[in-house]
Formats: sequence, C-alpha cells, structure tokens
Amino acid sequence: MRPPLSWIVGIARFLYDFIVGDDWTMAAAVAVGLILSAVLNVNHLAAWWLIPVIVVVMLGISLKRASRKAR
Amino acid sequence: MTGLWAVLLTTFLASAVEAIEMVTIVVGVGATRGWRSTLIGAASGFGVLAVVVIVLGAALSRVPIGPLRLVVGALLLTFGLQWFRKGIMRVAARGLAGIGGQDPHEAAEWTGPGMDWTAWFLAFKGVVLEGLEVAFIVVTFGAGANHFLGAVVGGVGAVVVVGGLGLILHRSVRRIPRSLLQLIVGILLSTFGSFWAIEGLGIEWPGGDAAIPGLLVLYVVTAATYITLERNRALGLRPAA
Repeated sequence: MRPPLSWIVGIARFLYDFIVGDDWTMAAAVAVGLILSAVLNVNHLAAWWLIPVIVVVMLGISLKRASRKAR
Repeated sequence: MTGLWAVLLTTFLASAVEAIEMVTIVVGVGATRGWRSTLIGAASGFGVLAVVVIVLGAALSRVPIGPLRLVVGALLLTFGLQWFRKGIMRVAARGLAGIGGQDPHEAAEWTGPGMDWTAWFLAFKGVVLEGLEVAFIVVTFGAGANHFLGAVVGGVGAVVVVGGLGLILHRSVRRIPRSLLQLIVGILLSTFGSFWAIEGLGIEWPGGDAAIPGLLVLYVVTAATYITLERNRALGLRPAA
C-alpha cells in the first residue's frame, strides 16, 4: 500500500483498536447508554445511574463470554 | 491583600482537584505503557493548551466545555473498560504475581520502534481536558474577583505541586505488578470517563464532584466481585487476554 492510503488504513485501524478494542459490544453499550441517558435527561428523569449500571452489567457479560471462549 | 490571598487559595484548591485527575491519568498510563510516549503526549497537551490559552485569553470562558467533556469522557470510558476487563482477567488468573518487581508473565512496557500512540493519546487528552478546566477556573475566579494574578499563580501552582507529587510517587507506582496496574488504571479511566461523559450531557451527579469517589468504590467492588467469580469459574484456565 502506498503512503496516503496506508496512513489512512493505519489511522483507522488504530482508532478501531483504541476505541472499540477486543469486545465491540462494550463500546456499543456505552454509546447506547449515553443516548438513553440523554433521552432520560430530556424527559426530566434521573439519568446519572444508567452508565454505572451498564459498566457493571457489560463487564459481567463480556467476562463470561471471554471465559466461555477460553474453554 | 486578603482578597488576593482568598482568590489564590480558592483557585489553588479548585485547580488541584483537576490537576489530581490529570496527573493520575498521566502517571497511570506512563507506568503501564511506558514513559516516553506518555510524556510526549502530556507535553503535546500542554503545548495545545498554551496555544488555546494565549489565543483565546479571557474569551476561554465561552468555549463550550460540555461537548468536550462528553467526547473525552466517552472515549476514556470505552478505552478504560478494555483495561478494566483485561485487568480483571489477568489478576484473576495470576493474582498479584510480581508485586515489588517484574511480573514474569507480563511483557515489558512498550518498546516498539516508534511512538506508542495509545499512551500518547491518553496523556494528551487528560492534559488538554483537565488543563482547560484549570484555565476556566483561573479565568472565572480571576475575572470574578478582579485578581487575575492571584488566580494565575493559584492555578499554575496547583498543577506544579500536584505534578511534583506525581513525579515523586511514580517510582512507587512502578513497583505494582502490571496486571494489577492495568486493572487500577482501567478503573480510574472508567471512573473519570463515566463522570465526564454524564456531566457532558448536562446531567448533574448527586453530590457533584463527590460522586467520583462513589463511582470509584462501585468499580473497585465490581472488580473484586468479578475477580472472585472468575477464579471460581475458570479455575486452572488461563483467560484469553
């Protein structure tokens, strides 16, 4: 690959590895959680608790999936 | 004179809170990924910050901090969760192997030929966001009390003092096993990421900044619980890290 294209591919790969990493479902859950938090906030409902709950739940799901794969 | 000292002390204390967050990220990332790229990232952050402060000056208070907090918070949270998860798996599998020295299971820190862009990016973001918050505090307090000099000395003094403490403590941080360090930094990044992302959406945390230690306790308890569960579940199996 020639420089301009290889740089773009390199940057895209870095950004994917950096932001999404091994488990894309956790990044997706954070994105959905932030959207839902915004929706709750717009409707004047308490929204601060949602992201911590998503963190705790998604970690459990991701860890369970990883140990199932390891078996 | 009393007004000057009051502004200096208030700005120092308020800026110290932000500086602690900045230094925690830089020291954690440096100890985990290596110092060269982390320090270049932090220096780049200070460079950008200096340009922004010089160009905008007092108009800085009009920069929308909310969207910036949301973007940086969401990025820190998604990245922090990766280290949080890997840290749990590694500590569950290896315990505290290597405490006070090198973990025999862990590869050495980044030794690649070029820049470790992950370390650079994390340090850069931490310095720019927290540095901007210190600059906002200085501008707001300085303008509010009409004592810009006191506010600048307070803000810069806080960054220098907290940065110096980080420099002193970084040797102790190096003695922590890398698996445990990855877990600790993952928890810290997830904590600050959760806090900033939600704040960036304009949502208020109960207790304001006091929610940060609350989040930290929740995530530490979560890590301890999952480490215990992982040990029971995958007894004798190495996790796919």
